[in-house]
Formats: sequence, structure tokens, C-alpha cells
Amino acid sequence: MLEIKCPHCGKRSQNEFAYGGDATIKRPKLGEEVSTKDWDDFVYFRDNPRGKHQEFWHHVSGCRQWFKALRDTATHEIFNTAKLEEDL
Amino acid sequence: MTGTFRTTIESNLINKSKIVNFIFNGDSYQGFEGDTLASALIANGVHLVGRSFKYHRPRGFLGVGVEEPNAMVQLHEGDKSEPNIMATEVEITEGLKARSQNCWPSVKFDIGEINNILNRFFPAGFYYKTFMWPKSFWMSVYEPIIRKAAGMGVAPIKPDPDRYEHNYEHCDVLVVGSGPSGLAAALAAANNGAKVILAEDKAHFGGSLLTDNVTIGNQSGQEWADETINHLKSLPNVIVKNRSQVFGYYDHNMTVMFERVSDHIDNPSEFTPRQRLHYIRAGEVVVSTGSIERPLSFGNNDRPGIFLASAATEYMKVYGTLVGKKPIIFTNNDSAYKAAIEFNKNNIKALILDTRENSDGDLVKEAQSLGLDIKFNSGVADVKGRLKISSATIGKLNSDKDSFSDLEEIECDCICMSGGWTPTVHLSSQAGNKLKFDEDLDAFVPNNKRQKETAVGSANGSFTLKQSLAEGFQVGFDLSNSITSNNKNTTVPTSKESSYQAHDKFWCMPLPEGKKPKRFIDFQNDVAVSDVELAVREGFRSIEHVKRYTTLGMAGDQGKTSNLNGLQHVSNIQKKIVPEVGHTTFRPPYTPVTIGTIVGREVGNHFQPTRKTPTHNWHVENNVVFTNAGLWLRPRYYPRGNETMSDAVNREALNVRKAVGICDVTSLGKIDIKGPDAAELLNRVYTNAWMKLPVGKARYGVMLREDGMVFDDGTTTRLSENHFHMTTTTAQAANVLSHLEFYLQVVWPELKVNVLSTTEQWSGAAIAGPKSRDLMKKLFPSVDFSTEAFPFMGLVETEFSGIHVKLYRISFSGELAYEVNVESNHGLFMWNKIMEVGEEFGIQPYGTEALATLRIEMGHVSGPELDGRAVPYDLGLQGMVSQKKDFIGKRSLEKNAFVDPERQTLVGLVPVDKKTKIPEGAHLVENDKASLPNPKLGHVSSSCWSVEYNNPFSIGVLKDGKNKIGQQLFAVYPLKNISIPVEIVSSHYVDPKGERVRV
Ligand SMILES: [Zn+2]
Repeated sequence: MLEIKCPHCGKRSQNEFAYGGDATIKRPKLGEEVSTKDWDDFVYFRDNPRGKHQEFWHHVSGCRQWFKALRDTATHEIFNTAKLEEDL
Repeated sequence: MTGTFRTTIESNLINKSKIVNFIFNGDSYQGFEGDTLASALIANGVHLVGRSFKYHRPRGFLGVGVEEPNAMVQLHEGDKSEPNIMATEVEITEGLKARSQNCWPSVKFDIGEINNILNRFFPAGFYYKTFMWPKSFWMSVYEPIIRKAAGMGVAPIKPDPDRYEHNYEHCDVLVVGSGPSGLAAALAAANNGAKVILAEDKAHFGGSLLTDNVTIGNQSGQEWADETINHLKSLPNVIVKNRSQVFGYYDHNMTVMFERVSDHIDNPSEFTPRQRLHYIRAGEVVVSTGSIERPLSFGNNDRPGIFLASAATEYMKVYGTLVGKKPIIFTNNDSAYKAAIEFNKNNIKALILDTRENSDGDLVKEAQSLGLDIKFNSGVADVKGRLKISSATIGKLNSDKDSFSDLEEIECDCICMSGGWTPTVHLSSQAGNKLKFDEDLDAFVPNNKRQKETAVGSANGSFTLKQSLAEGFQVGFDLSNSITSNNKNTTVPTSKESSYQAHDKFWCMPLPEGKKPKRFIDFQNDVAVSDVELAVREGFRSIEHVKRYTTLGMAGDQGKTSNLNGLQHVSNIQKKIVPEVGHTTFRPPYTPVTIGTIVGREVGNHFQPTRKTPTHNWHVENNVVFTNAGLWLRPRYYPRGNETMSDAVNREALNVRKAVGICDVTSLGKIDIKGPDAAELLNRVYTNAWMKLPVGKARYGVMLREDGMVFDDGTTTRLSENHFHMTTTTAQAANVLSHLEFYLQVVWPELKVNVLSTTEQWSGAAIAGPKSRDLMKKLFPSVDFSTEAFPFMGLVETEFSGIHVKLYRISFSGELAYEVNVESNHGLFMWNKIMEVGEEFGIQPYGTEALATLRIEMGHVSGPELDGRAVPYDLGLQGMVSQKKDFIGKRSLEKNAFVDPERQTLVGLVPVDKKTKIPEGAHLVENDKASLPNPKLGHVSSSCWSVEYNNPFSIGVLKDGKNKIGQQLFAVYPLKNISIPVEIVSSHYVDPKGERVRV
């Protein structure tokens, strides 16, 4: 079980959190003309790296804030966590 | 009798003043308080305790603790019965009952032993080879026979009556194992102000200090251990636990420990848990888990009476038990001489066989000075005595050690063997430590750590006391200081111990000429030297493959005594060094853990939380049958008299269609949405338009995922300009809130909106049916219920007996309906008032089944239709999709596949015979006799008995559904051989124009 540092609450056990996927994905702007390829990239396609991965987590059983984490997908090491407006 | 095999030198670790009676295989025995089942049985001369897994060979004890591979017993009887318990780990209690397992009809005469006689048919890989053909025989013939013959213990079939608990701990330093290095580390860390947990698997603290003749400072090892433990127990920053095994090491220094709280107590209180699981998140972990002695391989080395030498010593020194009275010590190193010296203290002269040319270690010299017979360059070739050894064939090893000479038979009643020591690296390995092979030790030691874990003492390959203490104190100080920065160092005490000479790199004895007795490596899985040789001969090279082919090290003991001997043998055959062969990976749990402990208190009603609505007790008093909706308990139906479920459901549904019903809708998700951009948020998450919704009006909304699939639906009401009340389905309530939070926090942080779950703040009751308006008028006389004043999808806020009430005119049943919402603590009061006033209108409660009937008849979609595979078009919701604005998932709706006119869309289905109910999940096909695979055109999602038309009715999705209305298809359910001719109709079966809700 991972120990994740919520940038708002501090270290908490993994079972308080929900995983939220790749944090580098940017949603196209509303009303923007989007090619099928760009849209499919946004909806479906994700890198699956072995190693460092920027990802969203949600402190569901806590402050209910979404935040970012830099985690190693192979070792589960979490190098850093950051508020959404901060850099990892 | 407490046994004739007791030492004359008494142990202070068992209580001879307290006799404990116990039963083994139906016979009564006595032991002392502090005895394990193993030590008490051995004291009574009982060595035959079980049968081996594959060949059903008679087996006795090999070890004294967690390393024991053979002595697995079935403990207790009835619902407390427990299989596969190591007799070495059970402390006897008054009246304890245990029996052998894996033998029938008895441990002395076991029919399965025929496998031993036929063992040439059971070579390595026998499962894979022998029983492959014919294929059809596997399930019907081979498998059941093998299962019956090879079964381990028997699991009880009744629920476990014992109580188990979970505990969560945080500490700075967790020390696993209380030998000299562990005690030193714990002491140093505790003195330096760290919060310390010290865990010891055994009942007694001290590890090797309990059996080694050493001094620390001016005390004996055991005295120093006692004093240190007492000091640690007195400190407020230290938790000391015995009978506690740290069995798992997970990510981020999460370790899990299993504590045997009351297994050793006679008649413990029912409020004392039997066992406890501790989740310990440790800043640093000190792995002071010690080491396990290696066996030697020689002919019939699995016979009862053959022990690890260290086990024999511990039985004598800790338990006051003699493993025999005519011992042979057989070793490739100095440490086994301790057993000979201890036997000598009890006036028993052991014969010592040492595979080395000589040794002048202190212990060897001591044995020589005692006048013990030591034969160097010698070994055991074979033993006799099937149920208990009676003699050993010993001989001189030639210079190449590949044959014996001068074989002679020596009478003996036990052999105490030692093949050196294996550091217990399991926890380090679990933690991700890359082990390295130490060629001096001939064993793996921790090397490259990934987590905050540090091995010390013999677990780290440091086998002298001096080294162990030095390491323990240093590591304890360093690790604690990195946390506390107290800089409080503890002085390392002086110590005295025996010197040791190098061991012999030789573990597997040659066979005696002309004989081929089995030389076992893995006792628990019955893997012999010949099996490993066969595997290599058949081309298996990687140790992982040899392991799986032979099952070496794959038993419950995870090869604690067999891994290195197996590896060594493979490397000898392949003429490689061990590190080139590699090693297998250790996995948790280090020792077996009861399922009860893992489950803890999360059984029965505590399995998960139960969410009850404020009117829960009313439902119970009115004979409700509940259904689980997520964690909620929702009324399913309320049977009256002898009604069946379908009777009750039809009555409840019909009463809504004809009069008025009341339904508890509290569990629907409710989200309070506030802020200047609240309408804008709704406009983005729902497919339809929200900006112009007037205050006091509700609107039905559908939300999509970004991939265009319908995610959830519900009504949302504008309470004021910037304040909305959203409802979601019961199932998706939590997900919708997370979804809104994601978009508000991550995607559109510029929107000024707050969202908050208010599901539990409101108690909701739906009042539905043609007489609902009359009821409401009487209940709330001050409210104008005319359609002009209070139209469909309207909101009116009022008061009732001083309680604030929100009335929504919304409907899921398709009838004229209102929803009465009050604060939760007034929910029951309001409900009772509605029932009271509603009596004259014929009000009846209705549950989720009737609710389903009503909405299916109306063609309203719900969970079974919103299955994550439907775009709005599929569900006839395309009218809800705004063309004028963008929203979540809109771009996906343009995808070719989603605009395909032949997509499966919502239709109604009526059986042609108007009688046969169509099972949910049935497939829709054109021809029910077509050859397979029969093209599937759609499926049935929801079924009910239509109370309006008095025949079965279903809805489902069908390819090109709209154009198939009026056609006949088959609803097939091949699992049950069901085929029902069905007519396709509109999904709006009742009131297709939706007039009733608007009256
Ligand atoms: Zn938080």
C-alpha cells in the first residue's frame, strides 16, 4: 500500500485516494475545432511508460482535492506531489 | 507422563510446575507450560507426525520453528479446526487436540505410501507427463484421485467463531527479530528517542542468545537479552511484541505483522481477539531476522528422528527436550558441535561425523576435550528405520567426495545435521533488495536496497556475536538519528564467543555403492536430488524452470530449508557457480497467515458499511424486503399475507397506476452546486441547455463521458440564480461528484463553482399516482397544486409543522408525481404524516421492484440501459443533445460508428404468447435454429410484468431497432435452452405521449 503525500493534507495511506490517469493530457478547449486524430489522442491514447509518470490523484476520502504526483511505475516510488497550479 | 525424553539440565523457559494435557492422534499426552506441540511430542518420544505430500513417506520433525517443513498438523475440531499448522509454532494449551494430516487410515499405516513404492512413476514433472493423455481423463479420473491422495489438511466447513482484529501503527524504526543484532538496534534506536516497534516470532525474546554460550558485558547472552527487553518494555517510545511475525514487506515501507494474541492461553476471554493483524508503516525497517540452518542430503535423510542440529540444541536448551538419547551429529561446519556439547551436559555422548578434513574451532576443541568421538572426512550414506531411524550407514569420504569407503552401520535414534547457515533474506527480498551471492558464506545476502530497509546480524551474513552487536548498535543509532537528530549514542558492550572455522562447501553425499535411496532436498514438496538431476537432464536450465518442473521450493515453506541446497545442486551439475544459476523471488507471506486474521472484523454486517435511510425502521415494521443498492439498503417490496414477490410487486405498481404510492428515494445522489458559474458548469457537463432554466424549475439532464457514452442522468433544479440542486442515480452518485470536481479543479479552474454532496442531508419520498395531487392538497393546504401554479418540473418550497419542505413535481414512474424532501432528521416524521393523510386515498408504499416495473413500462432508461456502451441516440435521447453548444463528450458523437443508423437502439419487447417472461440478458436473434455463431442483433436489458396490459414486457437494444417495430424475433437464452418468440414494439409501452405526468 502506497503512502501518498496530499499537497493539502500531508501523508496518507493509498486507500484514501483514487487514481486519475496521465496528468499531462490537456482537454481540447470547448467549442474548438478538433481533428478526429487529436480527439482520439485525447480520449483514447495514453503512453504506458516504465519509469517516471506524471499522474492525477484524487484525495477522495480526505480533502477531495485533485493533485499531481510524479511516480515511478516500476518501483512505485513517488518523487513528488504538487497542487494543480504547481509544477511537479 | 510429561515425557521421558527430558534434559537433566533444566530450562528456565518452560514452567515445569504446570502440567498441560493434550491429545495427539487420539492419544493423551502431557507437557509443560511453555512447550510447543513439537517439543512436548518429542519429549514423549513421538516422532512420527505426518506423511509427505507426494510419496506419503513417514515424516517427523526437522526444525524447531518457522523452518519446519514436515510436521504439519490439523489443530482443534469442528468449527475451530485448522489445517496445515506447524507443530513447532503451536504452544500447547490444556485440552489441545491435534492430529496428523495427509494420511489415511492412520499415520502408521498409510495407503498412499504405495506412491513411494511406485515412485519411479512419480518423477519430477509427473503431473505434466503422466496424466496428459487422454485429455478427457484429466478432470474425471486423474485429478480427483490425486486430490484425494495428496490433500493436505481439511478446511472446516463452518464459519470461524473466533475474533480477529486489525491494528494500524506508525513508527520510526521497526526491528524484525530479537536476536542480538535486533536487540542492539532496538536499544540504540530507542535510547536515541525514536519510536520503535520490536517484533519477535517466538514466545521468548533473544534469538540465538537463548542457545549460544556467550557473554555480553558481564552477563550471559540470555541475561543480557532479558535485561534489554525489560528496559525496552519500560520505555514509552517502544512497543515490544512477541509471538508476532512480520510476514510481508510492501511498498513505501508498509509491513504487515501477524500476532498470535491468545492461541497460547487456556480459555481466553471471548473479547480477546485470537489473532491480530498489524499494518505498520515504518520510517525505517531493521531486518534482524537471523538465519536458518541448511540440511545435508544423504540417503533417506527424511526419516523421522533426523533433525537440524540447531533445532536439537534449541529443543534441549529452551524446551528441556531431548530429540534422542543415541545421537549422531553430522556436519560440514563447527556450529553443530554445540548440539554435541549440549548432549554431553545431559550425559549423552554423541558420535560426530564431520565432512571436513579437520577444524580447530573452539567448539571442535571443546568437543575433543570432552572426549567425544569425532570422525573427520566422514558422512552418513543411508539410514534405516522407516517410522523412526534405528541406525545409520556411515563411511569415509574419498578425496573427491564422490564415494564412500569403509561403510559401517551404527545404531542411533537421532541424527542432528548441519549444512551451514542461510541468512533469512525474505523480507529484504520482498522489499525489492537485489541480493548478492556471498561466496564465503555460500548464501545470498542483501546488497542493493530499494526501500528504507537495513539488514543486520546473520540476516546480513554477519555471523559472529561481536559483528552482530556492532552492526545492530550502529544501524539502530544511524537510522534513528536520521529521524530524531538526538545524537544520543549507546555504548556497544563487550562480548565473548567461540571462534569458528570455515565450513565445507559440500552438502550432497554420494550414494552408497549399489543402492539408490532418495536424498531429499525439499522435504515439504518431496523433491529429491534425483528429481533435480532429471530436470537438468531434460533440458531445464533456468532455476525458475527447474523450480516449477520439480516444484522445488514451491511448498508452503517457500523453500526455507531447501532453496540453497537445490541451487547448489543445479550449479554443481551445470558446473556453474550459484550466482550464475540465479535465485527465485521471495513473496509474502513469509509464514502462513490465517484467513481469519486477514479478514479481521470485516465479516457479516461489518463486511462493509450499511447505509440506512431515515425511514429504515418504518420499512422494517411494515414487512419490507430490502435490496442492496451499493451500500444502501433500499425497500425492494412489501409483501402482505401470503403474497409472493410478484404478487406484491404487481399490487404495488398497480396501486401507483390507479391510486397513489409512496417510495423512499433518499438514496438518489444529491449534489449542491453553488457559484456564479453554476449554470455554465451544468451547461458543460449535461448534453442539453441550462443557461435559461428559470429559478424554481427542474430539468432532466443526461451527462456523457468524453468518449460519448451516457454516464448518468437525473433532474437538476435551479433553487436560485446561482444555486442548483442536482440529483444523480444511486449507483453513480460518488462518481458524478468526483467527475464534477475533476472538471472544476483540473480542466476549468476558472469556473467559480463549489459542489458538495448533500445526499444524506435530505430525506426524499416520491408520491406517485393519479391521486397524488389530492393527497398533496390535503397535506399542504397552503400550496396551490394547480398545473398553472405548480407545473410539471416545478419546485415549491413550503413549511410543514415548522419544517422546511421542498416539493418537486418530477416523476420516474410516468404518473402524476411529487417528491417531498425534508431535512433527514425530519424524514420519518414527514413519512408518517404522508401515510396518515394518504390513507383515505389508498396510499401504499412501493419498493424498487415496482419502481422498475413502472419505469420499464414507460420506457425510461436506468442502470441496465446505461451500461457504458450507449450513446444518447441508442437510448432515444438524441432530443436531449444540444446542437448549439459544446459539452463533455460531444465531439465523440461525430465518430462514424456513433452515427451509424444501424446501431442497436432502444425498443420494447412483448412475448408473442403474452405469457412467457423474457429473461434479462437474453439475446435477440432472427432465427433461433441458426447454426452457431448465430448473429446477435441485440439484447434484453430490463424485464417486468406490465400491470397496465397484464402481460410480460421488456426493453432492450436492437440493431436498427426503430425499423424493426412490428417484426417478430427470438429472445434466446442458450444457457438454459430458452427461446421465446417476441414482437418488437415501442419502448414507450404505456402513455407514449407522456400525458399523465402533465395532468
Ligand atoms: Zn488532501
